[in-house]
Order: sequence, then C-alpha cells, then structure tokens
Amino acid sequence: MYLAAAEHFVRAPQWEWYILGYFFFAGLTGGCYALATLLRLVGDPRDEAAARLGFYASFATLIACPLLLTLDLGASWWKFWHMIINVTPGEGGLSFKYWSPMSVGAWALLVFGLFATVSAIEAFVLDRRDRSVAGDPSRPLGGILGRAFNLVGGVLGLFIASYTGVLLSVSNQPVWSDTWVLGGLFVASGLSGSAALMALMTRYRPQAAFTLGRLHQADGYFSVLELVLLVAFFITIIAAGTASRTLVWLPLWVLALVGIASSLVAGRGEMRIRRAAGEAVVARAGTSALVVSLLVLLGVLAMRAAVIFSAQ
Amino acid sequence: MATKITPGESYGFFTDTSICIGCKACEVACKEWNQLQGNEPKFLADSYDNTGQLDAQNWRHVKFVDNVPAQSANAGNGQAFLMMSDVCKHCKHASCMEVCPTGAIIRTEFDTVFIQQDVCNGCRNCIAACPYSVIAMNQSTGTAHKCTLCYDRLQGGLEPACAKACPTQSIQFGPLADLQKAADVRLATLHSQGSTQAQLYGRDDAVYGGLNAFFLLMDKPETYGLPNADNAKLPSRNDIGGYIGAFVTAAIAVVGGIVAFRRRGTA
Repeated sequence: MYLAAAEHFVRAPQWEWYILGYFFFAGLTGGCYALATLLRLVGDPRDEAAARLGFYASFATLIACPLLLTLDLGASWWKFWHMIINVTPGEGGLSFKYWSPMSVGAWALLVFGLFATVSAIEAFVLDRRDRSVAGDPSRPLGGILGRAFNLVGGVLGLFIASYTGVLLSVSNQPVWSDTWVLGGLFVASGLSGSAALMALMTRYRPQAAFTLGRLHQADGYFSVLELVLLVAFFITIIAAGTASRTLVWLPLWVLALVGIASSLVAGRGEMRIRRAAGEAVVARAGTSALVVSLLVLLGVLAMRAAVIFSAQ
Repeated sequence: MATKITPGESYGFFTDTSICIGCKACEVACKEWNQLQGNEPKFLADSYDNTGQLDAQNWRHVKFVDNVPAQSANAGNGQAFLMMSDVCKHCKHASCMEVCPTGAIIRTEFDTVFIQQDVCNGCRNCIAACPYSVIAMNQSTGTAHKCTLCYDRLQGGLEPACAKACPTQSIQFGPLADLQKAADVRLATLHSQGSTQAQLYGRDDAVYGGLNAFFLLMDKPETYGLPNADNAKLPSRNDIGGYIGAFVTAAIAVVGGIVAFRRRGTA
C-alpha cells in the first residue's frame, strides 16, 4: 500500500477498551457539568431541577474516569499518581508539561473532579432542603461565588470533554495526528451525549420535565456542529492519505451518524412543537425520548471507538 | 576499541548498513546483557528476518529489506537484501520524551534517551509518539521498554553490548563527534566507489534535531521504514491546532446552549 502525503512507521499504543470507556465518560462528565452550569446561569428558574440532574450525572460519570485510566495502566496501576508527582530521583516536585495533553489532562481531571464532586453534593443538599422546607431560596453556594464556581467548573468540564481528542492528535499515529479536528469533534459529541443523558434522566424526575425539550433543542445544535466537524475530519484525513484506515470501521461510523441523525430529528421536532404550541406542550416525554437518548449515546461511543481503532 | 567514557559528553551509535551481514550478533548480545528473554520464535516466511520488529524484547533488530529486483541484473551490478541493525535513535528532540507525562523518560549524562523503569507507569503515550516504532510495553512489568544504549555499561566504562559484539563494525560506538567524522569519511569513500545511493540518516539535524544513533543507508530512508525529513515531526506540532479546534467548537457550542436554554418570555 502506498502512503501518499503522510508516512507513518509508528506502533499502535494499544489504547483499547478502558480508554474507549474513559473517552466516553470524560465526554459525559465534562459535558453534563457544562450543560448544568448553562442551565443554571442562563436558563429559566424552572430549569434548576434539570441542572441538578446534570450535576448528578456529571458526578456519576466522573467516578468511572480515574478507575478506567488506572486499570489501563496494567501492572503499573499503583503508579497512577506519577502523572501528578515527579518521582525521578533528585527532581521531585510536580509533573506538569503544558505541551503534553496527557499531563495537562491528568491535572485537569483532578481539579475538575473537585468541582464535579462539590456541585453534586450541593445539588444533593438543595434537593433535600427542597423536600423538607418548601421554597427555601438560600443556597450553600449561591450568589456570585456560586456562579463563579459553576463557571470555572463548566470551563474545566469543556476541557475534559475535548482534550482527549487533542491527546490523540499530539502523537505520530496515522489518522490521529493527521487532523486538527478531534478535540472539537469530541467536545461536540460529548455535549450531544450529555444532553441526551440528561434528557433521559428527566423522564424520572417530573420537576425537570420543563427542560426536556430545551435539552433536545441544544442536542440538535451540538449535532449540527458535530456533523460539520465530521466532514472536516474526513477531509483532513483524506488529504493526508490515511482515510482508508478508518474504512474498516464503517459500521461504527454508521452508528455515529445514526446518533447524530436522532439528535437532529429530536431537535427539529422540538423546534416545531414550540413554534406550533408554545412551551406548554414540551413535556411529552414518551418512548421516543428514550430511544433517541439511547441512540445518541450509542453514537457517541461508536464515534470514539471508530477514531480510536482507526490508528491501531 | 577502548573508548574512554566520560559523563557529560554525547555518545551514540553509528550504524553503517553497507557492511551489515545480517548475523544478528547484536540482537543476541543485547538480549544477553539486558536479560531480555525474547519473544516466542516465529517463522515470518519473509526473508531471513524472523525477529520482525523492535519491541519490549528486541532492542536491536536486524531488518532485512528485500531490494532484489524481479529481473536479474548484469554481472557485478546486482542488488541484494538491504540489512540494517535498527535500534532506538536517541533523538536530540525525542517525541517519546516530549509527551511522557510522568517524566520517566530522561536524557542521561551521556546524552542518551532513557526510560526510568521505576518512574514509568505504563501509560503508553511514548508508544503513540515514537515515529520509529521503537518502544513497546512489557506486560509483566507494566512499563515501556526500549534500548537504554546500555546505560549501566556506560556508567561502568564499557561500550554497549551490541557494538562490542558486531563482527564487521557495522555498529560503532563512541563520542558523537568522532562517529560523525567517521561517517563522513565512509560516505565519501562509498560515493567515490560509485555507490551514489549511499546516504547518512540522522547525521545532521534534519530529522529530530539529529540522532545520537544515526545510520548510513544504501537507499531512501522510507525503504528502511524510517520517516524522511518531511515526515519526521514532533507530536507537539498538533498542540495548537488541536486546542484551537476544541476551543472554537466549545465556544460555538456554548452559544448554541445559551440559545436553547435562555429564558423566554412565557405567556
């Protein structure tokens, strides 16, 4: 086989199932936090219930992240903390390289973990209070400081959802290093998956039903973005001459497209309902929402799998 | 050859593939000194190269490149297998070292690239980065392995095992400046003999700022599975583009989120 523009003689790093799982959950934990923050900062007061669901979802998906990363280290799992602390004799101090996304990502995950945990605890406390004292408006993390806390966490969340793509590109692997699109692609699909996950969760929380349609609408926007980036991704790797490597994963790409299509259909349906009947009809949480959410999440997973496996 | 080995100076290999006879003594000496048990023997049914690749168990690999034309050549003008004892290049600008998040990969006092086994935690980022496919995982230790340029022997004043074992001096070890001079002389000799295809790889800074383990090749680098100067790029080249792509996407997505979530005047 002839390699056209880019030549690669590199070995695959064997980043497989654990890393696929991590990329999936990193997209969701970061994306859910970012969406929850947006709902709280720019949304309607009635979006607060869904925002709390987002913080719960962010925390739940966060837990999987360090576990999967540590398991992936194999026999060296107990040295996971070497990502943070430099144990080179005579050097000591902290390990940090701004030019190595894995190094930055390890730090970002640590700090983001703090934000996601605090926000989930806050959501829990607020939920308990709502149940005991009706309408108590005071919040443990309310006011400007609380908003700033969410904002910083949200920015970190967007970083967590995206840096995994940049990490793949900062290598010498075929496909991965032939494109600049992966970071954007991962954050767009992570947000789309997060909106779908939160939409799924609103089914089990009547107070959050108000937000269901808005989540579908946002999911639609994220999916348009993802579709555009997907096209850009294929243009870049075709230009590099490495597109053939990803063709064997065509079924995964089809699943990814089905996920994007589901988001678009749900988002478009949402806009139509709103135009026709106003906000009142939005809470039509039926089977379709469940199917759509599951298809979107499956698409998020499939897209990451296709990207990861293309180089190996 | 008794080279005095002084910490603080640059050392390396000059591997002259024009006189490699493919005996694999380097592979054996390497395994013996570094106590590498080797992989299960395999018959690759492709030339005499049954080692196949550099990996956790093979830190020297005699590559056999079938360069024999389908039609027989004139007498005295034939071509043969190209043989090349491949090894870690100990790049000046090392891709593996650049991405290593733990600081396990260091440059030693002999200017070689070394993976500290007690620091490495098996993340495999270096494997994704090394453009030469040199590094591989040792599953039993859970760490990345590659040629150490016999760091322990250098510290004891001994030349690396492969260079010591090489019967044709295809592998030469020494101070980098001396090796570069020897390589220039050898190249001039080959060119004067009519072997105009002979070329040095990694002698100058065209690939990765120069290689401490550099080569004299009898064909294009690509023929040997080595990236040429156009393709020899560091992973960090993609940092800025990748982050800008991510940032712009995130910014647009946030605008989308605001449009979807913003408060609306409700009836």
